[in-house]
Parts: sequence; C-alpha cells; structure tokens
Amino acid sequence: MVKVEINGQIVEAREGDMLIDVADEAQISIPRFCYHKKLSIAANCRMCLVEVEGAWKPLPACATPVTDGMKVHTKSAKAIAAQKSVMEFLLINHPLDCPICDQGGECELQDVAMDYGDDVSRYTEAKRIVGDRDAGSLIQTDMTRCIHCTRCVRFGQEVAGMMELGATGRSEWMEIGTYIEKSITSEMSGNMIDLCPVGALTSKPFRYSARAWELKSHNGIAPHDSMGSNIIVHSKDDEVKRVVPRENESINEVWLSDRDRFAYEGINSSERLTAPQIKQNGHWITVDWETALQFVVDGLKAKLTNSEKVGVLASPSATLEELHLLQKLARGLGVENIDHRLRQTDFSMDVNGYQTPSLQTSIDAIEKSDSVLLIGSYLRKELPILNHRIRKAALDNAQVHVVNPMSFDFNYKLANEIIADQDNLVSQLAAVAKAAVEITSENEQAWLDDIEVSDVHRQIVQSLKAADKAEIMLGQIAQSHASFARLQKIASVIAQETGATLNILPMAANDLGAHVVNCLPQKGKNVSQMLNDKLSVFINYGIEPEFDCVESQAALNAMKQADFVVNFALFDSASQREYADVLLPIASFAETAGTYVNANGLKQSFKMAVEPKGEAKAGWKVLRVLGNLFDLQGFEQTHSNEVLAEVLDNDQPQIDFNAVQVELDNADESYHMISPYAIDGIVRRSPSLQATPDANAQLTLRG
Amino acid sequence: MVKFIKHQVKTFGLLELFKGLALTGKYLFKKKITVRYPEEKTPLSPRFRGHHALRRYENGEERCIACKLCEAVCPANAITIESEERDDGSRRTTQYDIDMFKCIYCGFCEEACPVDAIVETRVFEYEFHERGPHIMTKDKLLAFGDKHEEQIAADRAADAKYR
Repeated sequence: MVKVEINGQIVEAREGDMLIDVADEAQISIPRFCYHKKLSIAANCRMCLVEVEGAWKPLPACATPVTDGMKVHTKSAKAIAAQKSVMEFLLINHPLDCPICDQGGECELQDVAMDYGDDVSRYTEAKRIVGDRDAGSLIQTDMTRCIHCTRCVRFGQEVAGMMELGATGRSEWMEIGTYIEKSITSEMSGNMIDLCPVGALTSKPFRYSARAWELKSHNGIAPHDSMGSNIIVHSKDDEVKRVVPRENESINEVWLSDRDRFAYEGINSSERLTAPQIKQNGHWITVDWETALQFVVDGLKAKLTNSEKVGVLASPSATLEELHLLQKLARGLGVENIDHRLRQTDFSMDVNGYQTPSLQTSIDAIEKSDSVLLIGSYLRKELPILNHRIRKAALDNAQVHVVNPMSFDFNYKLANEIIADQDNLVSQLAAVAKAAVEITSENEQAWLDDIEVSDVHRQIVQSLKAADKAEIMLGQIAQSHASFARLQKIASVIAQETGATLNILPMAANDLGAHVVNCLPQKGKNVSQMLNDKLSVFINYGIEPEFDCVESQAALNAMKQADFVVNFALFDSASQREYADVLLPIASFAETAGTYVNANGLKQSFKMAVEPKGEAKAGWKVLRVLGNLFDLQGFEQTHSNEVLAEVLDNDQPQIDFNAVQVELDNADESYHMISPYAIDGIVRRSPSLQATPDANAQLTLRG
Repeated sequence: MVKFIKHQVKTFGLLELFKGLALTGKYLFKKKITVRYPEEKTPLSPRFRGHHALRRYENGEERCIACKLCEAVCPANAITIESEERDDGSRRTTQYDIDMFKCIYCGFCEEACPVDAIVETRVFEYEFHERGPHIMTKDKLLAFGDKHEEQIAADRAADAKYR
C-alpha cells in the first residue's frame, strides 16, 4: 500500500493502481471520456489531465500509476487550464446540436462541458462532418458527434470479441466505422450505446421517443435468459421506453445482452391481448374478468371428473409466484399433468428423477475456470453473459472444448472442436467418455466398448483432468436433443472421471424456479406425452404452444383436437383464436411483481414497473382468484411476497447417474436449434431484434 | 395668536379646497392617457407575452425539433410533447399541447427554445367558454403562428439586439 495526496487529502492505494481509480474510490471526480473501468486504458481523450508535483507537464490520471508520496492536484490552476483546453479542442469538431441529439440530458460531453467548457466558442472555421453508417437495426450512428474516445472499438476487441468497429485515418480525418458497410452483429452490441460518452452511437428503437429526464427508473431482472442480469426499466407515461443494464459485478458486470436490452419492444406491441375474450358458438366476444373466469370455472368443472385428460403447460419464463400458484391450482384440482420443459423432447431420464438444470459454479467464478467442455451449445447466442465469462477465461489461457452437431462461430479460440455433423453427437461424446475411462482406468464401462477414440477426444479429457477448475456444460441443443438422457449420462461419466463439474444450463429465466416450485409431472404426463396423448383440456400459461413447444406441429394438433383450451396469454394471435376457448390477458415481466431464480439458484425479486396493458392483470392475481372460485384452500394471498413466502426451497432429489443404464445403439440424433430471438413471445415481437441477422437463423430442425 | 388667525383664514377661506380643485382643473384640460378599450388599444412592447404560437421557417418547414426543453422548463407543467423520427430522419413532434389554463405566461418556454419555435405573441384577446378548446394543439399553434408571422418576426427583430 502506498500513500498518495490528492488535493491535500491523503489516500491509501495499492501500488500500480491508476490515479483515476484511486481518485474515484476517494470520491474525487476527474473528468474522463476514453477511460472505462471494464476496458483497457487508451489515454487518448486527454480529458483527465491532472497536475502531479514534480512532473513538468500535466499527466493523464487514467494512465498514471500511483507511487508513494505522490502529490496530485486535480483542481489547481494548471490542471483546470489543461482540462479546459482539452475541452475546447474536443468541442471544435463536435456539433453543438444538443437539442436534436438523443444523448442530450445524459451526455458525458454535455456534463463535462458544463463544468469545463467556455460559454462561447472561439472557433469559427468549418467543422468536420462524417457520413453516417447504417449499423443495423439496433444502433443508430451519428458519427459527426464522435470524439474518438475509441471505447466502442475497444469494446469490440476486448468484450464482444469481434472487431466490428475500427478507426480509419488519422487526426482530423480519423473516422470510426465498420469500414465496409455492414451491420453490427455482436449479441452484446447494445452495450456500445451505453459506452459511447456522446450521441454518436444511440439506440435505434428508442430514437427520439423520450428524454432522459422524463424517464422513471425501475429496478428489474432480465427475463430472456437464465442469468438473471440486473436491469433498469425506464418508463414514461406507463409505457416501457427502454431497458438498460444495472451494475452487478457478480452477474452481468455492466453489460447486458441485446436480447434483454431490446426485447421490451414486444411489451408495447400492438398484438398485446388487452381484454379477456371467450369463444361462444364459434364467435369471440370481449368480456369482463368476472365473466371470463366464471367461463373458465364452468368449462373446467365439467371436465375435471376425468382429470387425467387435463394438461397444464407453463412458461419457464413466468415468475416463481405464478408457477407456484399454477401448480398449486392444478394439483388442487387433481390435475397432475403439469410441465414447463417445452423445449425438451427426450424425457426418458424422468424415471430416475428430475435433474434440476443449474450452473453449479457461480457466474463470476466461471471466468477462473481452466478448462471448459461445451456440449450441444451455441453458448454465445444462448447465454451471452455466461459466454462472456468463458471468453474471459479463454483469454486467460483456459482451454475451451466444444462438441456440437455443427460448427458455430465462437468469439474465442477453441482448444478442440468436435463437429458431429454425421448425426453422431452421442457417439462423439461417448468417445470422450471412453477416453476418460481409459485414461483414469478405474471403472469398467462395458457399454462404451464399441466406441472408437481419437486423439482429439483424449486431448479434451487430459485438459479437463489437468485443470483445477473444469466445467462441463450441456447447452440448448443438447437439451432439445432426442437422446438427451444419453448425453446426460455420458457427460456425467466424463465429469466423474475427470473431476469436472457437470452443469445442465438452464435456458429460460425461471427454468430453475419451475423445478423449485415443482412445476413438474411428478405423477402425470410430461410435455411430449401431453401433446401426443389427445388430452381434452389444455391450460397454457404464458406460452404460445405452436411456437414455444419444440414439437410445434404436435402442439398445434393437440390444441386443435382439445375440447377446451384456456390460454393465459400476453399476446393475441390468429392461430390461438383457432383453437383456444378463453384468452386471459396477463402481465409481462415489467408489469408484475415477481421473482426469478437464476442459473446459480439466486432468487431475485422485482417490483412492477408499469401498469399492465389494458385489462391485463398480474398472473399470480388471476391464479389466486381462480383458486378462490374453485373453493380451494391456500389462495388468500394479498401480496406477491406472501406467495413467495410459501415457496420453500424444496430441492428436487438429484439423479445418481451411476445407477442409470443407457444403450448407445440406435440413438435418435434429431435435435432442434432455436434462434436466440425466437425464444419467447416478447422477443418474437420485437421488430428491431427480428431485423437482425441472428433472428434469421430460423428454427432449425434436423434428424 | 397669529397662528390662530392664520388657521381661521385657511379654514374659512376654503384655501385647500381650491388647491384641490386647481389640480382637478389642471387634469381636466390636460391630454388624456386612458384609452377607451376595446375601441382603442394601449401600445404593446415587442416582448409582450400573450397567446403562444409555433413558428415556421421561410420555406414552410416547422421550426420545432422536439428537444423538449420548453416542456422541461415550464414551471406550470402546461406543455406536453411527444416526439418521433419523421420519415426523412429528422426529430419532430407528433404532439405539442399547451394547456392554456395551466400556463402562467412566464415566457420561459420562449427563452428556452433554441430555434425560436415556440413564441408568445402580442395577442391577448381570447377566451375559452368550456374545457377542451383551451388545449392548444400543434396544428392550432402552427396556424396561429402562420397568421401572425409578420408581427412575430418584426417583434423578434426589434428585440434582437437585447437578446
């Protein structure tokens, strides 16, 4: 530890820390543009110049390491003069058009100019003008406003892992751009909007729709993946205007995936269902809640005598409270057919129990891994925040191995990549397992005898075995694979033999929560059985079965042949109206209080940000009233917290994979790949996300 | 004694009465400064803050760029603005309402405007008999600006050197 004197205040710091960090910690403000704590130091804006005693020129605080006894003045005449001069230079080419700039009101340049800028510009010569680039549907560019801090360029290189923006030319002629006009495709590209200190990169969907000072902030939890990224929902006049990340060092740091940032557009979609609807004599009529719920009760009561013919499909993106009340309602009515695993096709592992999908290692510790094996996963698009942590590990010399049915573009170097494009994902993975058994040679695994092992398989095993912290992750493709049970068993063998941690990655925001509240067919039918067994009643909670179930045609057929279908829906759609009998509008993630359980099992609650659209009601309230109408016990809650208090941490007993026997012959190798922007109704209705190249990777079916 | 006599003369000579009447008489023949409103009008300053108007540029393009500074500065929260990107990519209002019942005619909106779009004109003779028309919409304000543009421009020009 060294002692530094800043403006006469003695501050303790670690030697080698940059002056700007030390000053920030002591809450001494130094203006800056190019410095960002999550990016490398560039020291090219020169705004943070400070006077250091002994140095004959002012020094940039962001690139000056502290030394013992250093005396720094941030407000001395010399420092202020330097900062004012830099400010004047920056404003030479920056247009003074704050009134039409979307950054106005939340602009770092504007703020610093208030402190360090002159009120009148001395510059009368022509200003530089830079042509705008079309950077896709998410980011709006206004490159004339750029002050060349290069934060966006460094973000691309260091965080997104793809250098999509770069600087061409020098000094006055330096331009930031894509060089060849193309859209920015990174799944984290929206963060450039936050990073840009001026209005050069702004949000395209948000463009000109509101001012920063008009927005109300509400803390929330990101609902489109299982990371539980912390977000701030910005609203104006009870409408969600945008979503920005909230700093949480242990989860999303300061980043947010594009999916969680831009999907809010779906909430304001014109397709939202705004009033309860019932179908009478083939005609849809809009009714009030009382009539609609009574219609549901009457319709269900007639069918409950044969409760085996009633199925409940729940959205894994629903809140913990909703899922708890839903399963309580279903079980109260004697219905045991309840499931949320809509994207799974192989349920044969269920006989051994319900393996809760979860990330065993905490998200921030993943970046300390030494070796990672990804199985059936395009992690980069599935869980961008987790992928970023693995990327950090990979940059820190961790080895990342992949076993996938096709080659994906990862934004880090893969140590080994096995492409099972001959529809042999199972045998390829089994080869890794056999290599593991061979190398450790402790347990005989007769079922692996027929498998051929190559050097790649051995290398993967050796890397996992040599690592202090090794992770095995089963991704979305593995989970929707027709031989998921086999993959689980094989992965467990690899994990056991190499000492690695086995993670079945939860995909949706509340996959893990649904397991916690037991939204599972303990005695009843699973999704696949429900869809193929011609049930007469379906209760769909927060899903569009034809899009959210991976067996989409079977889902549509099942709905059409059913006698009575109740849809708790966010959106209205023509296909729903074909098969459903009641449509009950429920609130989206921003319109209800609730809780999500993230991949690490962390429960994060959030409050309502805006009022539900139209007549829509918070889902847990609707379920509670339904419980009352059925005269069930335990539906007296008046606050979402009371529902949450009921949810016990009843961990599902986990599977002992050693006891599981699998056959490797004749493995069904079909799998499903879901576009990252097709995972739920809200994302599907975000026009900006749908216009990105990622959305065009349509639901891929193979097998 | 002398003091007493002086007082008597003042009192019975009605001296103060005549003094007062002299003043009245003086004003009776002096030039009048009152005006017979509404037949006659008082002179108005170019800075007079009356009915609002939205101005256009000479080529017919509306000036307002939806920066929302007037909305932010308005102490009575009388202004409501909604904005979006127009087809040509420029920033424009879709709604610009002034609630004339809330407005206190402080002129801050005019001062805040970076493009001289919202102005307060010399027009002060208007009234509302019911709720509804008192909300001045964008169309009404623009039409009002078009009607009075000559006077508005003259007033801005007259006051330019002080701004």
